[in-house]
Amino acid sequence: MEGSKLKHFATSPIGRKVFTGVTGLGLTLFALAHMAGNLLYFSSDPNAYNKYGHKLAELGILLYIIEIGLVAFFVYHIFLGISIYLGKRKARPQNYEKYASAGKPSRQTLASRSMIITGLILFAFLILHILSFKYGPSVSDGYVVTVDGEEIRDLKRLMDEKFSTPLYAFGYPAVMILLAVHLRHGIWSAFQSLGATNPRLSPIIYTAGGIVAILLAIGFLVLPLSIYFSGGAA
Amino acid sequence: MTINVRVWRQDGPEDRGRFENHVVTDANPHMSFLELLDVMNEQLIGEGKEPIEFDHDCREGICGSCGVVINGTAHGPKQRTASCQLHMRDYSDGDTIVVEPWRASALPVIKDLVVDRTAFDRIMGAGGYVSVATGGAPDANALPVPKEDVDAAFDYATCIGCGACVAACPNSSASLFTGAKIAHLSLLPQGEAERTRRVVAMVDQMAEEGFGDCSNHAECEAVCPKGISISAIARMRREYVKAMVVGDS
Repeated sequence: MEGSKLKHFATSPIGRKVFTGVTGLGLTLFALAHMAGNLLYFSSDPNAYNKYGHKLAELGILLYIIEIGLVAFFVYHIFLGISIYLGKRKARPQNYEKYASAGKPSRQTLASRSMIITGLILFAFLILHILSFKYGPSVSDGYVVTVDGEEIRDLKRLMDEKFSTPLYAFGYPAVMILLAVHLRHGIWSAFQSLGATNPRLSPIIYTAGGIVAILLAIGFLVLPLSIYFSGGAA
Repeated sequence: MTINVRVWRQDGPEDRGRFENHVVTDANPHMSFLELLDVMNEQLIGEGKEPIEFDHDCREGICGSCGVVINGTAHGPKQRTASCQLHMRDYSDGDTIVVEPWRASALPVIKDLVVDRTAFDRIMGAGGYVSVATGGAPDANALPVPKEDVDAAFDYATCIGCGACVAACPNSSASLFTGAKIAHLSLLPQGEAERTRRVVAMVDQMAEEGFGDCSNHAECEAVCPKGISISAIARMRREYVKAMVVGDS
């Protein structure tokens, strides 16, 4: 696709949805990988989590490329979400006095109507989360553990400390519930945006999307809660 | 029975508009919703007031021109039913019915409950047709089309362009209307020649008219008097992507 055609596609009502869907599904895959990585905390090897963190850091330039890709996906997804929201405001300057969904087969839910709100909260959370962990105390601050004769960052200690405080221990799960709400509509919607649905497939994708959203949130929120309730010694 | 009607009044496109409350004391359970408005208008005329403007044509649930938002739902509470086929027997004595026009900047109010749907005509004009020399009527089945395709194409072709999909959509998107026509013609050999050009031109015109983007709420399918599936929208997207990636437009 040459430049002008790509621009035509990207700014069209279809292109905007396709890119929202592609970036959204990409970010969902990232979240799934992140969640799976987190679960290494529960491994029988007490250093499994720190080793995993160290392995990621050792990727070097590759890690930067992945991070730049992730940032690009997040930024574009958020940009499209906001522009769709603003477009909808413009398309209906005056709201109905009374509005009621007609019910099934409508997929209109609290989740589908609050994508902009849950999305913006998730974005704010993401910034705080990166500042707390990625750019939180590291080797130079004494968060060190020796594994196989090598001194690596003790991320596990940082997690134990953070999630021993009620703000983190309950704030994180609360945001993860919002993530599930966002993905309840988001996952199925992405497939519909990509045109990858038909009347037979849609109910399956809708149900599967909901299940993935819930499992993802549970996978994330067990960690802070178990650390808090076991006093950081899990 | 007594029915309270809270109805939108707007003198013209530039008027800000307001709600008015009226009471119809001699409503009959067998009356259709439009007949209720007729009785109310006779009352208003008797009082020397201007009657409420509303669109209607067939009053048989076919044409869809009567579409208004009734108690927050396009065409009222009954699915696959146009406003004119809603009857007072579905209400109880003393109920209040809130009546509003379609609300979308692309379908502006002309007066009271009447909206300007010419945006739909312009989307159709952009490509919702086939340019073929028809000649005489061909022999039946001279052009073989698989039954599944015919059935699906027919389902999409049942769109009457009433605008309920736009009215009910939280984003005021016209994706179901546009998608239905694109999906219909994409399934038939007659639509093949202009397939690529059609989807790009119609989607561009839809955007041009100022309809919002679709957020896949699927509310449109629930209010469509013909029950057209949002698979039409999925098909429109596939057609558009195909046209942009491999097409020659």
